[in-house]
Amino acid sequence: MSNFSMAPGDEGGKGMREIDAARVTEAVARLCQEASMDLGEDAFAALERALEQEESPVGKDVIGQLIENARLARKEWVPMCQDTGVAVVLVDLGQDVHVVGGSLEEAINAGVRKGYQEGYLRKSVVGDPFERKNTGDNTPAVIHYRVVPGDSLKITVLPKGAGSENMSALKMLTPADGLEGVMDFVVEVVDEAGSNPCPPIIVGVGVGGTMEQAALLAKRALARPVGQPHPRPEIAGIEEKLLQRINRLGIGPQGLGGRVTALAVHMEVYPTHIACLPVAVNLQCHAARHKEAVL
Amino acid sequence: MSLKQVTTPLTDEVVSDLRAGDRVLISGYIYAARDAAHKRLYELLQKGGELPFDIRGAVVYYVGPTPPKPGQVIGSAGPTTSGRMDSYTPALIRAGLKGMIGKGLRSQAVKDAMKEHGAVYFAAVGGAGALISKSIVESEVVAYEDLGTEAVRRLRVENFPVVVVNDRYGGDLYEEGRARYRLTDG
Repeated sequence: MSNFSMAPGDEGGKGMREIDAARVTEAVARLCQEASMDLGEDAFAALERALEQEESPVGKDVIGQLIENARLARKEWVPMCQDTGVAVVLVDLGQDVHVVGGSLEEAINAGVRKGYQEGYLRKSVVGDPFERKNTGDNTPAVIHYRVVPGDSLKITVLPKGAGSENMSALKMLTPADGLEGVMDFVVEVVDEAGSNPCPPIIVGVGVGGTMEQAALLAKRALARPVGQPHPRPEIAGIEEKLLQRINRLGIGPQGLGGRVTALAVHMEVYPTHIACLPVAVNLQCHAARHKEAVL
Repeated sequence: MSLKQVTTPLTDEVVSDLRAGDRVLISGYIYAARDAAHKRLYELLQKGGELPFDIRGAVVYYVGPTPPKPGQVIGSAGPTTSGRMDSYTPALIRAGLKGMIGKGLRSQAVKDAMKEHGAVYFAAVGGAGALISKSIVESEVVAYEDLGTEAVRRLRVENFPVVVVNDRYGGDLYEEGRARYRLTDG
């Protein structure tokens, strides 16, 4: 026994709050369904604004159908889109939390399995990227953990569809490319994506860190309520400028031409290396599905 | 832009009458097939085999629906991105395929095959899967049941709403629409 071992009688849980793994499973199962059936008020409001802004008659018609579709999905409790995605799960684990009664990862996957089965959601995950055999229960989830202060467990479920995910991109720019280079790249990614990601889209942008950090920032940016600006005014200003540039592209709803190509641009930034300027662009269709629970 | 009603299978005359930008309501039988099914159909054609459904005049819908809830004909059933089917599509068009329903851009090879053999590409509203499922009144798996959501299904549709993106004359609504609303700096 080393000097660091616990004294007899010390449960190791002193000051730790216990959360049963079964609660995690239940929460994830519920969030998978809610995210797929019940479009958030943030996304609804963004679509309503888009309906007012759009000038193209076809574009207006499309946005009207998307709103009608989301209302129908909520009312009949069916998925708003058949691509109910891979379950991306963002976990903020309080450092004073002790998950008991099973592994946290297994509890999350059990929740995905249950939610996708009981909610009649599509199972879209293949077990091996080369063999491509469906796992049959939409597991495994893609899970990103973050350990944070406190004694609560926050779980966000973002079912991520492939139509928009496939049009996402990452580039390692150099410091000399600067803000202009970043903005040009983001606009270029959206322009090339055209009709594929089911516009109007939400554009998640991650700038800084390392390659994988930029990608994760872009994904996390999509969990923000649609259209909520970054708390730092200078970043919020960049988001606004990017949104204006993107909406000059003319792609419009469903790529049929129009003013509203994007509903919002969300950017997250992180310190980076003196030689680096990583930029990741993660596109999200108008079905901006994300639901969270705090245990 | 006009509203047209068509019934499947599509004839050459019907295809010739459709122009990029037309809004169309499709009725009759269409076939659901996406990535994995396309790979199999393509490989079958390469080997000179017989396809599991009559492709002459057929309309294929790129869709992988959610499982139906009890009492539903089909779950949510909106279009998936068509571009992933591009490498298989010219062979299907040569075999007699006349219509495709999906969303998103097509390759030049697909557009060329559409012009040469007379076929049309329709877009349905991506993400409106719950709403679209209302115009599907029958669904039956006709091949590749092992593929689950990717199995080939014969769907009977009534007034299934689409818009013509690519016509047989080279018209392209995605290009035309974008050009009309694009603002250039200056």
